[in-house]
Amino acid sequence: MSTEEVKETASVLSVHDDSIKVTEVLKEGDTLTFIIVSQKLSGTGEYHVDRTYEDFEWLQQHLFSQGDVPGIQGVIFPPLPAKPQVNASPRSIKQLGFLALGECQPYCKALETFLQQVAAHSILSKNKAVEVFLTSSDPPGRQKVKKNIFNRLSQAVEEMRKEGHKDVDEFFQNERDHNLILTGCTKTAAEKFLDVVATEQKIAVACGHFSTALHLCVEPGEDPDKQAFSRVCVKLSEVFESIKKNMTSVAENNVNTLGLGLDLESRYQEAEREMLFRRTCKLVELENAQRNVEKAKPVKKAAMEEVKKAAETEFEHTSGVAKQEIARFQGARVEMLQQALVGWCEKQLLTAKESADQFNQHLEVFRGMA
Amino acid sequence: MATSSERSPPPFPDSEDQDVLDAEEVRGRDSDEDEDLFGMTEMDTTPTSDVSMKPPSDIMNDPLIEPMIKADVTVEATIDRSEVTAGVIDPLSQQEAKQTSTAPVIDLSGDSQPVTSKIADPLVALFSDAPPAAEAKKPSSANVDLFDDEEGSDIFAEPLQTKPAKQPQKSLFGEPDEDVFGEPLGAISKKPVPKDKPADIFSQAAASTPSVTSTVNPKTNGVHSEEDGDIFAEATVELSLDSPRNERKKEATAKPSAPAPTSLPAAASLAKPQPPALEEVRDGMNAYMAYKVSTQTTLPMFRNKTFTVRRRFSDFLGLYEKLSEKHGPNGFIVPPPPEKSLLGMTKVKVGKEDSSSTDFVERRRGALERYLQRVVNHPSLLQDPDVREFLEREELPRAVSTQALSGAGFLKMINKATDAVSKMTIKMNESDVWFEEKLQEVESADQQFRKLHALVESLVVHRKELSLNTASFAKSAAMLGSAEDNTALSRALSQLAEVEDKMEQLHQEQAASDTFTFAEMIADYIRLLVGFFPHRKCEFCDLQGSFDHRMKAWQRWQDAQSMLQKKRETEAKLLWANKPDKLQLAKEEIAEWEAKVTQYERDFERVSATVRKEVIRFEREKTKNCKRQVITYLECLLQSQQQLIKYWEAFLPEAKAIA
Repeated sequence: MSTEEVKETASVLSVHDDSIKVTEVLKEGDTLTFIIVSQKLSGTGEYHVDRTYEDFEWLQQHLFSQGDVPGIQGVIFPPLPAKPQVNASPRSIKQLGFLALGECQPYCKALETFLQQVAAHSILSKNKAVEVFLTSSDPPGRQKVKKNIFNRLSQAVEEMRKEGHKDVDEFFQNERDHNLILTGCTKTAAEKFLDVVATEQKIAVACGHFSTALHLCVEPGEDPDKQAFSRVCVKLSEVFESIKKNMTSVAENNVNTLGLGLDLESRYQEAEREMLFRRTCKLVELENAQRNVEKAKPVKKAAMEEVKKAAETEFEHTSGVAKQEIARFQGARVEMLQQALVGWCEKQLLTAKESADQFNQHLEVFRGMA
Repeated sequence: MATSSERSPPPFPDSEDQDVLDAEEVRGRDSDEDEDLFGMTEMDTTPTSDVSMKPPSDIMNDPLIEPMIKADVTVEATIDRSEVTAGVIDPLSQQEAKQTSTAPVIDLSGDSQPVTSKIADPLVALFSDAPPAAEAKKPSSANVDLFDDEEGSDIFAEPLQTKPAKQPQKSLFGEPDEDVFGEPLGAISKKPVPKDKPADIFSQAAASTPSVTSTVNPKTNGVHSEEDGDIFAEATVELSLDSPRNERKKEATAKPSAPAPTSLPAAASLAKPQPPALEEVRDGMNAYMAYKVSTQTTLPMFRNKTFTVRRRFSDFLGLYEKLSEKHGPNGFIVPPPPEKSLLGMTKVKVGKEDSSSTDFVERRRGALERYLQRVVNHPSLLQDPDVREFLEREELPRAVSTQALSGAGFLKMINKATDAVSKMTIKMNESDVWFEEKLQEVESADQQFRKLHALVESLVVHRKELSLNTASFAKSAAMLGSAEDNTALSRALSQLAEVEDKMEQLHQEQAASDTFTFAEMIADYIRLLVGFFPHRKCEFCDLQGSFDHRMKAWQRWQDAQSMLQKKRETEAKLLWANKPDKLQLAKEEIAEWEAKVTQYERDFERVSATVRKEVIRFEREKTKNCKRQVITYLECLLQSQQQLIKYWEAFLPEAKAIA
């Protein structure tokens, strides 16, 4: 499917945005294939499509490069998680953070969130590419994607120069400052939380080892003293098995709620930052144009004026969309974090209660032992 | 703390003097001095400095003590009390502190002891004396209050009635705790500064050090600080002895709600040392740490019911030396004390108050306590005069031999002996299947325990890591909270940071619990089974040691037999050579050796029987002890889950309130 085909048409998405699920992931060699299921708007029935990470990239590129939509640069694009590795190097694991944990569930969840966000977005969902991605049985993005200006790398270089550019609009200046702080804080928090989870997993493993090793202490024989000791060992082994389970589910809860929440928040803050940066670029462009107009000789003045006008319109569009986007984003992220916190709390509460029950039972058993 | 701060300032010294004079002789002695002292210094400032220095240490110690002390609640309460009392008295008695201060400790813990076993008579006596004095001197009433409250209800009543299960909870969450410590401490600091604002000092007992000292006579302060260190800072061993024989009597009188003392007939508990509280005696180049050993007992063989002595580490080793010399050859399993650790001790001496040295000191204290408990729990060892002397005698002659032997030289010597023994082992063809099996079992158990120990240690490392990571997450959550614009979200994030901070505490406690219940328990077993490290095998006379002693006895028997054989051959030769003059001598020798052989054989059999009994006893104890530890551990675990539930339940509405 070529780029042009998709670009022309703007359509209404034919699926429920919140019905989109990444249900499964298949491993074939080095490639991961995700199964995406969504419910049709029209009546019953579901779309089942399989997509690779390259397809997701394809989708994102299409969203980025909608030149014909005014103010597209002001959109905070839902962030696509980094590419997953089958045999991940420590570095890529670090980059993925929470998403590298477990058996891909966190990663699938992140992709799912990405798709839902795209589908729910008032501007982005109109893009034909979204529809194609979600419904077409043919994989759309298997050809090499040409990187455009949104490429993070090229941006990083420019960023150095323009990020500090003073804004003309106080609202945006504040937002940029605030975003900068929040991006840092969120990232640190997510990293620290990841450390916590990693240690919890280690503890779970250590408990498992201890529990297994305790079985070795079981002594055979008829001797009642020995049997008593063996019983203690076996029971203790069970206790540590429970501790292990408890730790494992605590870690899982951490990942699936607050962990994913912080990760998403962190990536969204990045996305906002990118958007703000794009807007700053437009601003710099506009200011350059203005200067050019002032400096221009009469002959060229008209042409320059035109360039300036164009830049002005684009900047205004971008700023307009950006303002809406920021307002929407602020609301959405608070809600998202709230859900993450509430879900986290509820799950941990449940785990703690279950574990307390179990420990209590163990305790009773030990007390009951003669 | 709050309660104490509300109380009116009692001029404690006066009232105390009077009460105590009535109450008991020893105390009276000490209080005399108090009077003097106060006469001189106008009673206010002097002790304050001490006192204010002291409370922090105590307070800090509490959480530490409780989780790991395995002795029952009662014992613990006693510890606390005695310490508190020590705090009260020491500053008063100044230089003579040692003498006098120990005496009061004894008194009070004596009082508390009856609560556990016979309950409260002396208590009543002591405190019933107090009120009149209080009337005489008005402010002292607070003082009386204090005692009544704590002793009657807070400390004893509560811990006793609540099952042991509850105990860790207290230490964690501390309401009773606070009462126990806050008030007495408060009392202490209050007493010396009766005039102005004791309430303040009180409420901050721990924190107030600087402010109090500033109002205080700095000179005396200086004088005291040394003594201070000596007395409070002490690592305290509290040993409460209730002999098995007294158990019956005790059960009859004691409440059934104190099951621990019966299952633990003799409880030796080492109250914590903490860096600030650690007794470090600096004597020129020789800094050392002293441990306070407090004993409670109803055994008639002791002169008092409770007594406290100070012992240094080498004294513990010395006791072990003596015991193993005497009882080892008979096949008794003499419990080994913890090893000398140059590194750990040096760190402590250098005064680095990092967590590892605290940890070291605490571990050692715990190990010493368990060591003493094992000794006093052993029916035969308890009867040993050296044990009694160790527990009871004020000044113990310095154990010169251990000093000389400790460290590398000691090890080398022992290792040599071990080598000799193990060579012998090969020669000894074991006739007794039971022993053969046991030896194998001991060896494999040793390996298993080592493995378990390594695993627990790594678990502890992870736990500590978790607590660190949680702390730094809490910090970053707080940062995030402060950077957040949305008020509700910001608030929730700050709350989250607080929750995480609390959880860090829990993780820390869990790590301590892992360490002190499992790691140390297993380390003890390893110590008992064989030495700590392979090359130090048999460093201390332990299970294998007792097997070795049996082998030595066997060897002696065998040697005697072969000697007898030789003598017989000589006799035969003499007969053949027809030398009647020498024949008589040879006959006598044979008779002598025959007697020896029988004697040695009997010895060997006796040793074998003892070893057998000891091994069985060891195994039984092991199971019992293990179970007890697991129960403590589980209680702790359950407690921390329940605490977690509380934290989450408190946080949930905060999270939901974000809009």
